[in-house]
Amino acid sequence: MQSVEAYQKERRKAGRLRKAGRCWQLYLLLLPAVAYIFIFNYMPLYGIQIAFRKYSARKGYLGSAWVGWKNFNRFFNSPDLWRLIKNTLTLSVYSLVVGFPLPIILSLMLNQCASGGTKRVVQNVIYAPHFVSMVVLVGMINVMFSVNSGVVNTVLEKLGHERVLFVGQASIFPHMYVWSGIWQNVGWNTVIYFAALSSVSADLHDAAIVDGASKRQRILHIDLPTIMPTITIMLILQIGQLMNVGFEKVFLMQNNLNLQTSETIQTYVYKMGLQNSDYSYSTAVGLFNNVINLILLSTVNMITRRMGGSGLW
Amino acid sequence: MIRDRKTRGDRVFDVVNITLLVLIGLIIAYPLYFVIIASISDPDVVNKGQVILTPKGATLLGYERLFQDKTIWRGYANTFFYTFAGTLLDVTVTTCAAYALSRSDLVGRKLLMKYFVFTMYFSGGLIPLFIQVNNMGLYNTRWVLIILGTVSVYNLIIARSFFESTIPLEMLEAAKLDGCSDIQFFLLIALPLSKAILAVLTVYYGVGHWNQYFNALIYTSKQEYYPLQIVLREILIQARQTEVAVTEGQIAELIERNRYAELIKYGVIVVSSLPVMIMYPFAQKFFVKGVMLGAVKG
Repeated sequence: MQSVEAYQKERRKAGRLRKAGRCWQLYLLLLPAVAYIFIFNYMPLYGIQIAFRKYSARKGYLGSAWVGWKNFNRFFNSPDLWRLIKNTLTLSVYSLVVGFPLPIILSLMLNQCASGGTKRVVQNVIYAPHFVSMVVLVGMINVMFSVNSGVVNTVLEKLGHERVLFVGQASIFPHMYVWSGIWQNVGWNTVIYFAALSSVSADLHDAAIVDGASKRQRILHIDLPTIMPTITIMLILQIGQLMNVGFEKVFLMQNNLNLQTSETIQTYVYKMGLQNSDYSYSTAVGLFNNVINLILLSTVNMITRRMGGSGLW
Repeated sequence: MIRDRKTRGDRVFDVVNITLLVLIGLIIAYPLYFVIIASISDPDVVNKGQVILTPKGATLLGYERLFQDKTIWRGYANTFFYTFAGTLLDVTVTTCAAYALSRSDLVGRKLLMKYFVFTMYFSGGLIPLFIQVNNMGLYNTRWVLIILGTVSVYNLIIARSFFESTIPLEMLEAAKLDGCSDIQFFLLIALPLSKAILAVLTVYYGVGHWNQYFNALIYTSKQEYYPLQIVLREILIQARQTEVAVTEGQIAELIERNRYAELIKYGVIVVSSLPVMIMYPFAQKFFVKGVMLGAVKG
């Protein structure tokens, strides 16, 4: 009996190997991508261990002294800790609360737009800022909101207001960050909902019209439910990124005057690591951030699955 | 058609809806429009806030001055090179891998997919990658700006879904009967049918390379390697210092220069965004297509 089972297992294995051998050309096609990911994504994972060491480049990973949780403790006891977490969450939650519903509303509006020409023109216009580079976006903010020569302040002054130091004021920074982000991405983010809306069947709308449903009712009871799965997935993805504020933009918008609200965990990681060359500490802070993100993502994913929605995995 | 039977409430809705949409469009378009008109207006008039709807005191001095700046030209040339070489590499590697992953007869497909997707959710972070790049001797080379970002897993998934849904299995079977190998099938049959996804990937990776600044910031310190975005950052955000005035003749020059500083900034924004904006009508279509493909199976 057993020998038969073993034999069958052996044969299955051999069959699988033969099949794998038959697609060796496919593995060849995969090789560059697999190698790239291995070198630039997996090999750095091995480097995470320096978060638990006192890393020195001369001694290498394994030669550097093991210090356990010391780097993490240093971060948890740091006076900056709460300010960093608060700033990071303020920016991300503010972005989420304002930036998440707006594209949904906009796409529902666009979908109802009766004039095809107007719709196309509006779409073309609102997608455009997405293609502007981060440096140019922040450059535009700096030039247009400049306290001395910015057009916004000039207009404010004409209207009888005082000039406002927009780019160098900690209390204004979150608003500048969030609303410039909305300007850049609100249009672009409608695309995915728009794609989902295209699957709403016309029959459903026609039937509802016969039953005397108004446009508002049809949007609420036909369009919105149809794109609900898309909305859920987008929400999961965004919540999983709550501790990942758009680093490149914050970094560019940051200056000594707004540091009180613009220093986030990621800019801190950058400063500690690349400006102060405190590699181990920076890696520890980065790892902490990464783990929190992963926990957030899996929690939200689990909750939506429990609620019967479609999760990510 | 039933849809033509509109109630009064629906007609009001339409009017309000279209008005709001046009208004939103105008608000979003205005900053871009303003930058363009400000770049060709008299800087004094701009600073007085009189340039609102049309350019005033038209001048091309800003452009003249910025075209004299060698660093901008060098940045431009560098960026063109990085974008061209980088995009070519990215698209090639991604398409090959995506095609292989789209084949259901690939043994270990699920595991390989997990291998890629895992990296979307967890990474070593800034410093471990920095050390890795350093250890490989890529620091301060042009290579690093071309190689980094070769495989975006998001793009890989989009391309894979495309191949899965457009290349019929029967076609592969027929080709195999005729003695076609996997690579031959990919190159001679699948690729020519996949121009749309090649365009999507080219646009995604291309715009990414064009707008990229952070890799250059941390991995290069040689000025001659700087891409355009780093030069822009110096001009727009760090307000790069012009030479200090020493003699009296130069003071006048300095005042003149300050007068044009803002003008040059507007000009630089326009010039640097020009290639993307020219490509925009074309690119936008493919960008949207990419999102749609991604939405099918995200």
